[in-house]
Amino acid sequence: MEKKEPKVVVNHLTKKFGDLLVLDDLNFEVQEGEFLCIVGPTGCGKTTFLNSLTRLYEPTAGEILVNGIPVDPKKQDISYIFQEYSSFPWLTVEQNVRFGLEIKRVPKEEADASVEEMLDIVGLTKFRSYYPSQLSISMLQRVAIARAFATKPELLLMDEPYGQLDIDLRFKLEDELLKLWKKTGTTVLFITHNIEEAVYLSQNIMVLTNKPTSVKTVLHNPLPLPRDVMSQEFVDLRNQVTDLIKWW
Amino acid sequence: MKKKQGARMDKYLLVSVLSVCVGIFVWWLVTDGLGLFRSNVLPSPVKVCQTFLKKWVEARPDGATLLQHLMASLKVALGGYLIGALVGIPLGIFMAWNDKVDMLVRPVFDLVRTIPGVAWTSVMVTLVGIGYMSKALVIFISAMVAMVINSYSGIKQTKTVHLWVGQTFGASNWDLLTRVAIPSALPMIFTGLDVALGSAWTTLVAAELLASTRGLGFMIQQARGIFRLDIVIVGMVVIAITGAILSSIIRKIGDRVVKGGRLR
Repeated sequence: MEKKEPKVVVNHLTKKFGDLLVLDDLNFEVQEGEFLCIVGPTGCGKTTFLNSLTRLYEPTAGEILVNGIPVDPKKQDISYIFQEYSSFPWLTVEQNVRFGLEIKRVPKEEADASVEEMLDIVGLTKFRSYYPSQLSISMLQRVAIARAFATKPELLLMDEPYGQLDIDLRFKLEDELLKLWKKTGTTVLFITHNIEEAVYLSQNIMVLTNKPTSVKTVLHNPLPLPRDVMSQEFVDLRNQVTDLIKWW
Repeated sequence: MKKKQGARMDKYLLVSVLSVCVGIFVWWLVTDGLGLFRSNVLPSPVKVCQTFLKKWVEARPDGATLLQHLMASLKVALGGYLIGALVGIPLGIFMAWNDKVDMLVRPVFDLVRTIPGVAWTSVMVTLVGIGYMSKALVIFISAMVAMVINSYSGIKQTKTVHLWVGQTFGASNWDLLTRVAIPSALPMIFTGLDVALGSAWTTLVAAELLASTRGLGFMIQQARGIFRLDIVIVGMVVIAITGAILSSIIRKIGDRVVKGGRLR
């Protein structure tokens, strides 16, 4: 069988802020449709890493290719779910979900259908005309998720999207995310400091080192979905990742 | 929840009305009531009310009725204010959005904004004479300064993460400005409109004291010259009420335009 072209190729990605070296020569590939979790010690530059991937920060050196061409949010369909709450407070839930579609000038019927579908999947159809100030925290994060998926991105980046949620809400949204991922087949890069979350979600786990950040290793996660966090295999894998992250 | 809020509003209204009533009562007490002040030093509320009613039809002693003075003032204030908004809001937005515009305009603006509006009066009178233009220009400057400052900070306070959302969706610079930064700055822009209205209105009266032939400030100035303090107070009250009405109109518009419960 012919080997598939990787979705994302990162060559020698380096980022400096002045003299401070944050990302040190990162090299890796992500396959089409892969769910990759990225873990690493706190403050190791995970956010800098994603922001460089999307060109929010200009890399100091190296190249990032998506579908074989240099990454450019104007040309490729990328969505990014941020750590902070990023819903626009001046738009209703529905208008928020529609935002990316409007930026990309998607025809109206197609956009309408996509918005309806996403509102339905995240369970916010009833709240479509609410403003963010009227929503709970978990609903806000669902708005961000629906907005990100509405444009049918080929690459979805998530930066600790559930970091500030209660554990039961997190489980619920994690399952929702897996459902969406399976349904859309999008490629996901998911940053977290929560190892359990990484083992629960990922197909592959990339472990980063302390600053200056480089790729320590990439582990394959063979556990079948849905995963049981109490099973021995799950605990073993979790411990293995924890040991890799330890820097003390 | 709406009901509860309504009840609180009613209470608030009651307290405000009560405090105004108490103020007027104390005023009556020290004049007509106890006779602590003679009427040519501080006219009583009754006297002021009489003058207020009479002044709608009587042109004496300053040559125009109250309505004519009010209309003259409104024409000047709103003219200067609207042009101030049309220039000030876009200027503030583009200064905040574009570093080159900022560098170009900022030094001049920083110098101008510290000058009180009234200080321009003499310059304007020399340039364009006593009349509509000179006062409208003075008001234009003082209103514009407030609009620039508020729109500028509104745009600058746009959250980075909101801009990032736009950028990662591939938004152009224009889309980022019109779909993210400006909507995000709208509450501040409306604060600017409100503040500018206040400064336009106060500047107007001051400008009319110095250079005018008609208007509320002119009426006050003339009445002062002949010790008609009742007319002075009528002028002050009309200024206060008109200012409050204009300000509430701006807020009403703001409530319609600014979405998502972000005003106040």
